[in-house]
Amino acid sequence: MKPRSHRSFISYIDRSRAYYAAQGYEEPYRWATHDDAPFARLAQPLEECRVGVVTTAYFPAGHEPEGVPTGPEKQPYAAPTALASGCVHTDDLSWAKEETHTDDLDTYLPVHRLAEAEADGLIGSISPRFYGIPTRYSHRRSSTEDAPEVARWMHEDQVDVAILVPL
Amino acid sequence: MIGSARDIVEECGVPRFVFTDFPLGNPVGKPDDVAMQSTMVRLALALVGSAAGPRTTVQAPFVWSDDEGWRDRYMQITDQAALAEEGRARRARQAAARARVP
Repeated sequence: MKPRSHRSFISYIDRSRAYYAAQGYEEPYRWATHDDAPFARLAQPLEECRVGVVTTAYFPAGHEPEGVPTGPEKQPYAAPTALASGCVHTDDLSWAKEETHTDDLDTYLPVHRLAEAEADGLIGSISPRFYGIPTRYSHRRSSTEDAPEVARWMHEDQVDVAILVPL
Repeated sequence: MIGSARDIVEECGVPRFVFTDFPLGNPVGKPDDVAMQSTMVRLALALVGSAAGPRTTVQAPFVWSDDEGWRDRYMQITDQAALAEEGRARRARQAAARARVP
């Protein structure tokens, strides 16, 4: 146990505000805040549930599998879970590149660990597709366009439990 | 949700949150540590059933390193003038890109 004079975990809101201010961005980014958070209880046992994962990682331009939107601006996508390995990339996202790496997919998109949970009978199944949601400055687009689209795909795939894993 | 940016997630508000106090990039566990990743996924799955209500946070029972220097290094402001220049250069590039769009 180490006594501390400050909270141990990083405030990314404070840290990024100071950093971008130092870069001359005077108007700080306004993060999403909500008084209420949604909640739904599990309607059936976990061992009967299908689980889907949502990531902020993306396919590199020119390597998008069929059905994944191409073009200069990132769009939400659904892609076969079997194609995640070695295909999604994280280079253009902000993460601690000096401290670690993302070469091991399951550190941020745990499809193999979920497949093992399925094999162990802990969950019913892993969804045949995983889902990507772009990091956007626009809260409106994230909540009124991207999230409903991902929810539609999950509904098509009969997903019961969604695990969101932002980088 | 499984993530490492506690303040961002909790300000936003999510139903259930597994907080991994690691550098950003590996919220589901350290690279090549299958046992840790497995524990993390199972912690998240258990929380689906056990959370009593929204905004339930549990902290993953792992420490990144005895050396906590990573906390200070992320977005550290070491050279104010260089950062200011970087910002100016980026704004100039963005303005040029916007000018090219018909």
